Amino acid sequence: MHVSSATTIVAQIVEISCIPNVAIHTALRYRNSMNIHEYQAQNLFEEFEIPIPRGIVLRAGDEISYSIMTLDFCKICVKAQIYSGGRGRGRFRRDFGHGGVKIVNSREEAVAVAKNMISNVLITEQTGEMGCVVNAVYVTEAIEVENEYYAAIFLDRKLRRPALMISSGGGMEIEAVAENFPEKLHRMVIDPLFGLRSYQIRDIAYRIGLPKDLSNEMVRILLSLYGLFTHKDCLLAEINPLALTKDGRFIALDGKITFDDNALFRHPEIAELRDPDEEDPREAEAVNYGLSYITLDGNIACLVNGAGLAMATMDSIKHHGGSPANFLDIGGGANGKQIARALEIILMDSRVRGILVNIFGGIVKCDVVAGGIVNAVRTTKLSLPLVVRLEGTNVEIGKQLLNESGLEITLATDLDDAARRIVALAK
Amino acid sequence: MSILVNKDTRVVVCGITGKSGTFHTKQCLAYGTKIVAGITPGKGGQLSEDGIPIFNSVRESMENEGADAALIFVPPLFAAESIMECIDANLKLVVCISEGIPVHDMVEVNEKLERSNTRLIGPNCPGIITPGECKIGIMPAYIHRPGPIGIVSRSGTLSYEAVWQVTQRGSGQSTCIGIGGDLIVGTTHLDAIKMFNDDPATEAIIMVGEIGGDSEEIAADYVKTHVKKPVAAFIAGRTAPKGRRMGHAGAIVAGKIGTAESKLHALEDAGIVVAETPTAIADALFSVYEK
Repeated sequence: MHVSSATTIVAQIVEISCIPNVAIHTALRYRNSMNIHEYQAQNLFEEFEIPIPRGIVLRAGDEISYSIMTLDFCKICVKAQIYSGGRGRGRFRRDFGHGGVKIVNSREEAVAVAKNMISNVLITEQTGEMGCVVNAVYVTEAIEVENEYYAAIFLDRKLRRPALMISSGGGMEIEAVAENFPEKLHRMVIDPLFGLRSYQIRDIAYRIGLPKDLSNEMVRILLSLYGLFTHKDCLLAEINPLALTKDGRFIALDGKITFDDNALFRHPEIAELRDPDEEDPREAEAVNYGLSYITLDGNIACLVNGAGLAMATMDSIKHHGGSPANFLDIGGGANGKQIARALEIILMDSRVRGILVNIFGGIVKCDVVAGGIVNAVRTTKLSLPLVVRLEGTNVEIGKQLLNESGLEITLATDLDDAARRIVALAK
Repeated sequence: MSILVNKDTRVVVCGITGKSGTFHTKQCLAYGTKIVAGITPGKGGQLSEDGIPIFNSVRESMENEGADAALIFVPPLFAAESIMECIDANLKLVVCISEGIPVHDMVEVNEKLERSNTRLIGPNCPGIITPGECKIGIMPAYIHRPGPIGIVSRSGTLSYEAVWQVTQRGSGQSTCIGIGGDLIVGTTHLDAIKMFNDDPATEAIIMVGEIGGDSEEIAADYVKTHVKKPVAAFIAGRTAPKGRRMGHAGAIVAGKIGTAESKLHALEDAGIVVAETPTAIADALFSVYEK
């Protein structure tokens, strides 16, 4: 699909693989790479001199009435701070007839709405019926909006470069704009050696019909956004909507920033923003031990070395009629202690009816894994069926250790055999 | 014959005195790989545990020993620098094992790569092996056997799975490449398939992929129009939930891109035989290729 019908070179750049990249961009909305709350994103925008509405963050135990009654504006927007999208259309468990985003016309109403939201459970399309506890609300000045835009800088995986995307259809999901109004979506590839340049932004600003002064302001804001994107190692830095106010100013009303997990070591200030309340407890625990764990909805747990093999193990369980309870990659250099922790994390999930261990030792040695399993089974007094498939470095010693342990462990000949056995045993 | 590496390939190891550098240098030497130098800044002039001369920089090692390829075990904070150093030293091949390199660093590496004659494999990969001749990586050696099958895989341990099955069925591998699971990697499925297609010693090809991105689809498109050798494939992650990143930074399904369905469709459309389960990868290949 073509973004622009113009035939200039710029337009050709803009056209490159538009849809795949919008889709990739969608991927970055999810929470695997580190996400932060809306108010934290707004704080970062402010740090990089991107204009945001005046506002305060309130938590349970704060002086909610006093804080709101002393604000010097009375058209107020109250927003529940949870990671999930679709907050406005969500509903609260203790229902007060409004969603997670509410605009009111007086401070008194704002106090009531904030009190309704704090410590309540917000249920959205993305959270499911479990919902998500609201620990904080973001109370801002409600802005009179003339027009809404979308602006984002993200890593384009296919081009291996950052890209800029601006749309005159702000407010709505960018995927919907791409599908329904492709002519409103403008993309530009950024040369990482030279960075985003003013002329690139200006070109788009005039295309979407901005007058000179607003075009200059958009250039300023997007150069700032690019600064944020590069300085903080973002995969995505998005302003949506970038509102044009009735009095002719641009202001970032909401934002989404996704960080590269691999770069958090050089941004301790970002790593600190991680909100453990928003994360699955088993997933958070796994991170502490250098394990990669994701909760799934089945009842057969798996413990594997390597991400690809872990996915293939899940596929094999499904192929034989079972359903995986998790994805778990113990990584390249797992030791006995990590394997013991991995088993304990698996056992934190009460739905689990059987465990499949699949190890193809390369760096990880089978005897180390086997020793770790034997110890963990003894200390946890494991009573669930356990099937182990070992192959690779020191496989014979590993198998011998399991056989001589006297524990009830089923040794499988290959992955297919292992999956078939654990599915049968877990029934 | 083989692709990229053979018995004459001379290798320099970056990070040779670290824990993994030391261990895997031993393993590669035991396999017969010609490791001619090691790099650890500050330890220039010393010898490694295995008697390999250590230099302070890649340039210095090139002046003294020369090399065709580099093997990198440098921690993620310094790994991008190490790759760039190897590019500037004009090494033909750089294999980067290091896991966890920030993607913005890899964006810069990619710019430098595109202006060079260097091929990068990885990062976050098991490396490359031409069985019986040269191992530049961390894969267990004994599962390999010289033979006519080229194997390319994003996942390390899943490539061992494919290799082992081929070996157990009495065949062997021309060369195996683990391209790595990161968002930006130096060598793609397509690059590897092109090389296998041009290599007279490779008679058939196995491509192991996983959900996320469209590297497998692009390779399938090339196979459809250019490759007459039998090709078999397996895609991991058919049952992975959407929107969650499954371990590898690259393994995430986004909208319609990167789904197992999209990949399976592209593979089948290209006439590639697809294994239903990870245990059936070699069987799938031998259903269309006679050893």
